Amino acid sequence: MKIKQISVFLENRRGRLYEVCSLLGENNVNIRALTIAETESFGVLRVVVDKTDEAVRAMELNNFTANVTEVVAVEVTDEPGGLANVLKVIAEGNLNIEYMYGFVEKHGDKALLVFRFENADRAVEVLTKNGIKIVGGQDVKGL
Amino acid sequence: MIWKEAFECAGRDELAGLQGKRLGELVSYIYDNCKVYRAKLDTAGVKPEQIKSVDDIKKLPFTTKEDMRDNYPYGLFSADQNQVREIHVSSGTTGNPTLVGYTKEDIALWSDVMARCLCCAGAEPGDTVQVAYGYGLFTGGLGVHYGALEMGLRIIPASSGQTARQLKIMQDFAPRIIACTPSYALYMAEEAKEMGIDTRNGNWKIGVFGAEPWSESMRVEIEDVWNMLATDIYGLSEIIGPGVAQECTYKEGLHIFSDVFYPEIIDPQTGEEMPEGRDGELVITTLTKRAIPLIRYRTRDIVCINYGKCQCGRTSPRISKIKGRTDDMIVVRGINVFPSQIEHVLLGIEQTHPHYQIVVDRKAHKLDEVEVLVEVDQKMFSDEIRKLEELRGKIKKEIESVLSIGVKVTLVEPKTIERSMGKAKRVVDKRSV
Repeated sequence: MKIKQISVFLENRRGRLYEVCSLLGENNVNIRALTIAETESFGVLRVVVDKTDEAVRAMELNNFTANVTEVVAVEVTDEPGGLANVLKVIAEGNLNIEYMYGFVEKHGDKALLVFRFENADRAVEVLTKNGIKIVGGQDVKGL
Repeated sequence: MIWKEAFECAGRDELAGLQGKRLGELVSYIYDNCKVYRAKLDTAGVKPEQIKSVDDIKKLPFTTKEDMRDNYPYGLFSADQNQVREIHVSSGTTGNPTLVGYTKEDIALWSDVMARCLCCAGAEPGDTVQVAYGYGLFTGGLGVHYGALEMGLRIIPASSGQTARQLKIMQDFAPRIIACTPSYALYMAEEAKEMGIDTRNGNWKIGVFGAEPWSESMRVEIEDVWNMLATDIYGLSEIIGPGVAQECTYKEGLHIFSDVFYPEIIDPQTGEEMPEGRDGELVITTLTKRAIPLIRYRTRDIVCINYGKCQCGRTSPRISKIKGRTDDMIVVRGINVFPSQIEHVLLGIEQTHPHYQIVVDRKAHKLDEVEVLVEVDQKMFSDEIRKLEELRGKIKKEIESVLSIGVKVTLVEPKTIERSMGKAKRVVDKRSV
């Protein structure tokens, strides 16, 4: 139930994000979720897209350093305390979150968040056991 | 004053006679005492008795940095180690550093040539000199120290760094002479201004600046801000350290003490002698050294030479400021930096061969800065910022420990480092020198 995320190394240069996004557009790749982490001199763009393989190939052809990581897309009830409920399970399950961010679109009436866990397989196990819904690759494509 | 007038102002023929005699003795001495050199001379088919005049030097083979490295540590020594009184070590390109040694006679020679340098720059016995070159394995500090001792100066062995203290020393003990790298002189000026010190009324009146390349515009700046005479000194540890050549107060080239360090300017490709005034590689033979004398050592520094008599009265030939290098070595704050050193670090860290570039810059009134750009490849990349920062930190730390100099490491995207003929350009030197 894990989904694939593409991470791209970006220098802090004007127009660089535009270049990578327009490359995805040209290749008919649609962005489902996106976040950027940055330092003083560089950033890492993380995206979940509908066509991961095509996206990675296009990036490599265009000299971007990109890799694919497995992340977990978790449904969160869109109400006060919704995220806290999920985080409680994560904390009690002793799962380590490296980072997280939100999807652009809702999944039905639920919010959808991307979690990068230290150990994705164990996270899936713990979350599922606690009745938290995880969204798979097919669902992401259909968003 | 001229410290060794007999040598520094000798006529050219008189000097050639002395150089020829010394060269003959040197070759005999080395041939008898250094197996490596003996083999080298035998291979070249030269016997000591064939060296009758200084022009016979062309029969002798060159000595290179590789010879020093290949015969590390003691292979090129002609003296026994029990005759050696001091050793100095400079960082090497890869693997072995360069080791040099001095017998008691060599220390006396070093003291003598450095005294000539200080005199040449305008020092008078009784002056005080602040030595702000590093003391230690680097030859800069001790070399100037010995010369100052020889000519009877009062020495403040401040060594490098601790700028506030350097400035206090300058104010409290009134040293008329400062010896340090030229970029440090400008850096100190900036610090001094911030501390409210009137630099134009400072005590330093003569600067003996070297250990890194610097431009005429930098000289103008230093002379203006400190209201002093800024002179250039040249040297390299393989030959003796500082003390090989020095500008006089006329600042029209650096007087090379050719009675002891015989200079030739050659075409680095063919090894043929270049005509006077034309640029070429400086080759030096240490005519009188004992511990590790070198025959026709290729400095890899590009200069031109002028044999004309100087207005100061010295006849010793003058070399120009260093115009470039025949290899890719760069000198930063007195430290020799070779791109291959950085290559080794990167190879060791990631087991990959990333493209990199070294950018050296000298911002106004600042010390030289080194930035190492490293292209991030697939193997090094992580989606986690923390891991990338850790990698960057590790590269920085290891480069710094190899170079003994602070660097900035920047991770850049693949294919962003300029390539020519498919090969990445390793060094970008933005300093205007």
